Amino acid sequence: MKPRTRWEAVCTVDDLVPESGIAVWTEDGPVAVFYLPHRLPALFAISHSDPFSGANVLARGITGDLKGEPVVASPLYKQHFSLRTGVCLEDDTVRVKTYPVLLDGNQIRLEVRANQRESIAA
Amino acid sequence: MSKKTLIVVGNGMVGHHFLEQFCASPAAADFEIIVFGEEKQLAYDRVHLSEYFGGSSHADLAMGTLEWYTEQGIQLHLNEQVTGINREHRTLETPRGGYRYDELVLATGSYPFVPPIKGNDRPHCLVYRTLDDLDTIRASSEGARTGVVVGGGLLGLEAANALKSLGLEAHVVEFAPRLMPVQLDADGGALLRHKIEELGVQVHTEKATTAITEGEDARLRMNFSDESFLETDLIVFSAGIRPQDALARASGLEIGERGGIVIDNHCTTSDPHVHAIGECALWEQKIFGLVAPGYTMARTLSSALNGDRDTAFTGADMSTKLKLLGVDVGSIGDAHAQTPGARNIRFNDEQAGHYRRMVISEDGKTLLGAILVGDNSHYDTLLQYALNGITLPENPETLILPESQGGAPALGPDALPETASICSCHNVTKGDICRAIDAGCSDLGSVKSETKASTGCGGCTALLKNVVDSELEKRGVEVSKDLCEHFPYSRQELFHLVKVNGIRTFRTLISQHGKGHGCDICKPAVASILAICWNEHILATDHVPLQDTNDTFMANMQKNGTYSIVPRIPGGEITPDKLIVLGEVAKEYDLYTKITGGQRVDLFGATLSQLPEIWEKLIAAGFETGHAYGKSLRTVKSCVGNTWCRYGVQDSVDMAIRLEDRYKGLRAPHKVKMAVSGCTRECAEAQSKDFGVIATENGWNLYVCGNGGMRPRHADLFATDLSDEELIRTIDRVVMFYVRTADRLQRTSVWMESLEGGLEYLKEVVLEDSLGIGAELEEHMEGIVGTYQCEWKTAVEDPEKRKRFREFVNAPSQADPVQEWTVERGQRRPVLESA
Ligand SMILES: Cc1cc2nc3c(=O)[nH]c(=O)nc-3n(C[C@H](O)[C@H](O)[C@H](O)COP(=O)(O)OP(=O)(O)OC[C@H]3O[C@@H](n4cnc5c(N)ncnc54)[C@H](O)[C@@H]3O)c2cc1C
Ligand code: HEM
Ligand code: SF4
Ligand code: SF4
Ligand code: FES
Repeated sequence: MKPRTRWEAVCTVDDLVPESGIAVWTEDGPVAVFYLPHRLPALFAISHSDPFSGANVLARGITGDLKGEPVVASPLYKQHFSLRTGVCLEDDTVRVKTYPVLLDGNQIRLEVRANQRESIAA
Repeated sequence: MSKKTLIVVGNGMVGHHFLEQFCASPAAADFEIIVFGEEKQLAYDRVHLSEYFGGSSHADLAMGTLEWYTEQGIQLHLNEQVTGINREHRTLETPRGGYRYDELVLATGSYPFVPPIKGNDRPHCLVYRTLDDLDTIRASSEGARTGVVVGGGLLGLEAANALKSLGLEAHVVEFAPRLMPVQLDADGGALLRHKIEELGVQVHTEKATTAITEGEDARLRMNFSDESFLETDLIVFSAGIRPQDALARASGLEIGERGGIVIDNHCTTSDPHVHAIGECALWEQKIFGLVAPGYTMARTLSSALNGDRDTAFTGADMSTKLKLLGVDVGSIGDAHAQTPGARNIRFNDEQAGHYRRMVISEDGKTLLGAILVGDNSHYDTLLQYALNGITLPENPETLILPESQGGAPALGPDALPETASICSCHNVTKGDICRAIDAGCSDLGSVKSETKASTGCGGCTALLKNVVDSELEKRGVEVSKDLCEHFPYSRQELFHLVKVNGIRTFRTLISQHGKGHGCDICKPAVASILAICWNEHILATDHVPLQDTNDTFMANMQKNGTYSIVPRIPGGEITPDKLIVLGEVAKEYDLYTKITGGQRVDLFGATLSQLPEIWEKLIAAGFETGHAYGKSLRTVKSCVGNTWCRYGVQDSVDMAIRLEDRYKGLRAPHKVKMAVSGCTRECAEAQSKDFGVIATENGWNLYVCGNGGMRPRHADLFATDLSDEELIRTIDRVVMFYVRTADRLQRTSVWMESLEGGLEYLKEVVLEDSLGIGAELEEHMEGIVGTYQCEWKTAVEDPEKRKRFREFVNAPSQADPVQEWTVERGQRRPVLESA
């Protein structure tokens, strides 16, 4: 059976913290949702799990941009992950899952099952 | 064995440098040292004498401190002129008594030559050599309109500038046809004259003064051999210097034909127990009127007195680089092309006012000398070619042509050989610098303090920076001062931008002064700066996204994503009741409990959502946040002090608590640690802290800028026997100055070493208030102390802020599945990675 995808409602706009991330629990496990109001697009979602420590902490990292690429820095060992592609800037053999995210009225929705980029790259 | 006596006559630049060298050497232990100085003041930096008119005090110019002399056990007799030497009995006399020596060092310098002109002893006929001379000139300038300097050499032009700065109309009278005849040629001299006249100093060359008489319109009249005259209110003679060899002469030591105490390669005179260094010494018929050769002599003599006969004085480079009245002038080596066969290459841009001349060897391979006027940017490169005999490029003229006309870029530091001398004042080669870097120096400041390079005349500063930067870069160290790609500023510069422009948010700062959106380097740095300037809650909406996770959640993240909690226990003093609360809370939440090295208790393993609950309980029991997560004051460690300890002389616990309560919460470039010991036994190990306080019978001794860690550093004694109030005021100032001027993640030790002038400079700023900012620093600190809030208290009371502590915003009861636990020694701990 083909995996079915659906847009899962994970939180509302009020839960977001501008320029920072929050963690949500989804069918696919913990996901970090970032809201960068001064960029377009402004919403990003990547796995909350830090591949270097195994801890669920990425939503608590500092966001920013490096050479124009939107990134979050792991709060534990400080590697940077692209919010667009999930690739680790310090070690491009490592990447975290990314999730399509959209704003539906006041709801933030994630497409949690299908992760096309990951399947293409793998 | 009783100690021998070493006497140094003259407490000038070279005499002082000798003492520094000698006292650090093994032989110092064998000698009682006595020093006589004719001047009232402790040795000062004569090279920068003119800055005295620019507002520098003797303290600013001083080369050492009285404490240093005391520490070294040196008997210092200032304002006491040595009037005679009896070499047979090895004694000398002063107006106050007689002294015996075993070894005698003459470092008497030189005196200004006043030409034998009739009337040269009239009032308002002055010289320019000592601080007292400058006081006299200043007094004489009262009510004066014009001033004349006799002598158009290096010192004369400097004196002319000084007269100008006193508001006088300045003239320079020179006997030779051009200015700086020793260093410059006709074209260079002409250009310099033109530039100086543009600045309003009138230059009169080829004028021989025959007599000084009473003036009609001014105090004095100078009559010249060509029948012309010039009226002026004061005259400064700067017609050269003569070695101060009177004592040596009278005692029968060998003296050169034109003066100077004759020395050999080890700086010893014709008497094996008498030595001479500095401007009074004559080596191979040469007097050296610069400070660097004097320093080399001082080092040579110190080695010789330690039995080292291999180190010899072998002459010195007399190249000079100066800014005279704002005009660059440089003269290198054989500037007048006196070497047989020497050839010249000249570049003269009258439009821009730049003159450059290279003197090259007959075969065109080496640079023998050079003259620069108007632009010294080529000096360092040319000097390195000349000193190191580096082979010139095929078209040597490219070295002095402007780059737009095919000129070669400056000689990169890479091209210099290991033996290239970078700092001639302190005899530091490129090799010395590389070794210092390999031994752990990782920035300009530490290289400076390690090698002393660039702490003399300062002429080598730019070159030193280039070499250090290039060597660090080679070793893969980032040297740009830019904070990161978003801000082309250092932390200190950003601090100023924030403070001066009243900027209160990161967004404003980056849109006005940076680019992009920021990163994990600049955001926390700016957050810290904003906190210092405005002291708003770190969880205020604008600041939340700027902080490291530890600051955001006011706890320290551990490897599995849980946090540790460290409540403040000021001075390490805690009531049994509070201790019980800690135990109860730890038990309730199953927190691993450990005593820290900072005399408090660390509770590990709290999840994000537990933090506010736990803090509610701790706050109810009277605890405050311990800021273990912040770049801020950690703890003030203390020993038990005189309330219990039989040795204690002050109440160290009380003081530690006062300090901790005062500085808690202050955001700094890095963490700050303090400690207080109740007596000299130092049980609190205060000397390993940024601020260490040790009780004395009379108050407190303060030590600053120590640290433990990878590169431990003992703190330096900063001030002694302070009262409680003085102690706090002094710490206020140092802390605030640090917070304002240090680089990102620079601890106090590195910061202090990177200050130009280091510890002494810091003392001047803090203890003598040399920058006049003492009151402002205290006020700023008072403001921060006054607006302190326990961040945790504010956070738990604010529902909006508490929302931040939800582990998963959409699933409050969901536990983090990766946090697995096991039990060890009766407590819970994370399961280590299975992989
Ligand atoms: C205005 C000015 C600018 C200068 N600029 C530069 C520069 O840019 N670069 C450079 O390299 N050099 C410069 N110099 C020269 C430099 O200052 C000297 O080379 C240096 O000070 C020499 O040190 P010294 O110890 O030999 O002599 P001094 O510093 O003159 O010290 C000699 C000391 O001995 C004392 N003394 C003499 N006789 C007796 C006695 N019988 N008993 C007790 N004490 C005695 C004197 O009072 C004096 O304090 C400048 C000098 C001046 C005045
Ligand atoms: C880069 C270097 C360092 C890092 C990253 C670091 C990190 C930390 C952290 C995170 C804590 C808090 C522990 C917790 O509650 O989770 C801590 C506490 C402590 N560290 Fe370090 N540390 C460093 C260097 C040092 C050095 C050099 C020393 C001492 C010489 C030191 C001494 C201490 C002490 C005494 C404590 C307990 C302090 C307290 O009670 O708050 N640390 N350190
Ligand atoms: S430092 Fe002095 S006062 Fe403090 S515990 Fe040690 S011996 Fe006692
Ligand atoms: S010494 Fe090392 S292991 Fe121990 S607390 Fe400090 S950083 Fe951690
Ligand atoms: S050359 Fe004078 S300080 Fe280095």
